[in-house]
Amino acid sequence: MAVVNMISPQQKTLPAKAPVQISLKGVRKYFGSSGFVAVDGIDLEIPQGQFFVIVGPSGCGKTTLLRMLAGLESVSEGEMKINRLNPNHPENSMVFQGDSLFPWMTVYDNASYGLRMRGVPEKEVSEQVQHWLERIGLWRFRDRYPNQLSGGMRQRVSIVRAFANDPEVLLMDEPFSALDEQNKMVLHEELLRIWEATKKTVVFITHSVDEAVTLGDRIMIMTANPGREKAIIDVPFERPRNVLELRHNPAYGDLVFHIWEQLRDEVQRARMSAEGGK
Amino acid sequence: MAAKSSLKVAERFIGFLTPLILLGLWEGAARLGMIDARFFPPPSSIIHQFGVLVANGELADNLLASLRRLFLGMLLGGVPALFLGLAMGISRPLRAAIDPLISATYPVPKSAILPLVLLIFGLGELSKVVMVALGAFYPILINTVMGVANIDKIYLDVGHNFRASRWQVFRTIALPGALPSIMAGIKLAMGMGLILIAISEMVAAPNGIGYMIWNAWQVLTVDTMYVGLLVIALLGFIFSTILDEVERWLIPWKGKS
Repeated sequence: MAVVNMISPQQKTLPAKAPVQISLKGVRKYFGSSGFVAVDGIDLEIPQGQFFVIVGPSGCGKTTLLRMLAGLESVSEGEMKINRLNPNHPENSMVFQGDSLFPWMTVYDNASYGLRMRGVPEKEVSEQVQHWLERIGLWRFRDRYPNQLSGGMRQRVSIVRAFANDPEVLLMDEPFSALDEQNKMVLHEELLRIWEATKKTVVFITHSVDEAVTLGDRIMIMTANPGREKAIIDVPFERPRNVLELRHNPAYGDLVFHIWEQLRDEVQRARMSAEGGK
Repeated sequence: MAAKSSLKVAERFIGFLTPLILLGLWEGAARLGMIDARFFPPPSSIIHQFGVLVANGELADNLLASLRRLFLGMLLGGVPALFLGLAMGISRPLRAAIDPLISATYPVPKSAILPLVLLIFGLGELSKVVMVALGAFYPILINTVMGVANIDKIYLDVGHNFRASRWQVFRTIALPGALPSIMAGIKLAMGMGLILIAISEMVAAPNGIGYMIWNAWQVLTVDTMYVGLLVIALLGFIFSTILDEVERWLIPWKGKS
């Protein structure tokens, strides 16, 4: 576990000092023959160790942006770079939206997937996987198959699958969108707990403003159609955060309101263009 | 849980009961002369004949001959179908090249090819094995292609994101993901194989269950005919039970909850 904790707390409080982990310069994405522009000129720098959240209406291209970062989609124009600050780590691992665990693998095999694909020795794999599954309270379910787990447990396993792979950057595509409110809250807390222990760079996609403010260090609001940056907002709350207490904080409500105000027009615009296109 | 399993036991029991009642009615009707015992001999005389055929070894000889052809035919047709199917499922160009060929030849009834198969492979064992192979080939091929091609894209995304190599994607995603569909294909193939072995043995074999049934028709020992039918039905039942068991072992993630 020596690989974890690469960033000291001091660096975290002075983000200006942290090296740039992800940089985007005029990144655009359009799709083939239709010429539909999903992402239109995003400029962005994300320092190492930051929890960066992208929030926007459905269809604003935020998932496309994340898939480009994950290497699952090509970049049409511009420059996108994930700086490898430690070449011993894989560049990125993604937590997918919805059910992405392999139904034919047990919890243990799912969680060890990334490490095994990298050819990590089995002994080290089992150490890592046991560590992570214990940490998230699923070690005793290691021999179960995904269809024997609840939705919340499944999503925990896919988070473990990404964390156990020990990447430089974690990409999360609305990982909690299918869960109910209570599960969501518990998982927010758990995610913050394990993230605060590792301080990995995170890019987190969501359409929930609450989620963005609860989890993020910095939030980018995206416009829909085409997907552009509308605003970037710093989240001032201290770490470590307590999800429940945070919601009591009046500043939390103010920030959510402030973001909603900016987002509201976008949601309306997105809806109108969707209806107009019918 | 207890109530549910006792319900299951009850359902099984009912499942056994219906055929037994029907057999009882049959027996009674045949003895009372309500149905023609020359065409519908009572179950008791069929069972008697069954005992005779077991005792004189005729049944075992014919059964072994059929099983051997069935087994070899399944291998001859199934193994190439499996590999070709996996390759076609992975490679779109290969699929595009071979799909039309499959679609064009698949609807031809395999029994209609029997004369041609006899002409090419002769009256020996091989022609019967080839018939079973033809029957096994298509369902396994088609189900394998479908199984691989229909794997949810998100699993492939996961594979790519975790930098799985082509071979790793095949081994950890394509093959296990297609397994349920492949098993369904094997079950269909087994049913097809039984049909074709019966047909080809009726027409062109010196032994086998199909031969036994056809011979019974020619010498009009109706009891033996029924024994043959019973054996084929039992084979079908036993094979599907075995395949269900294999499936449970190969695909442990299916249906558990």
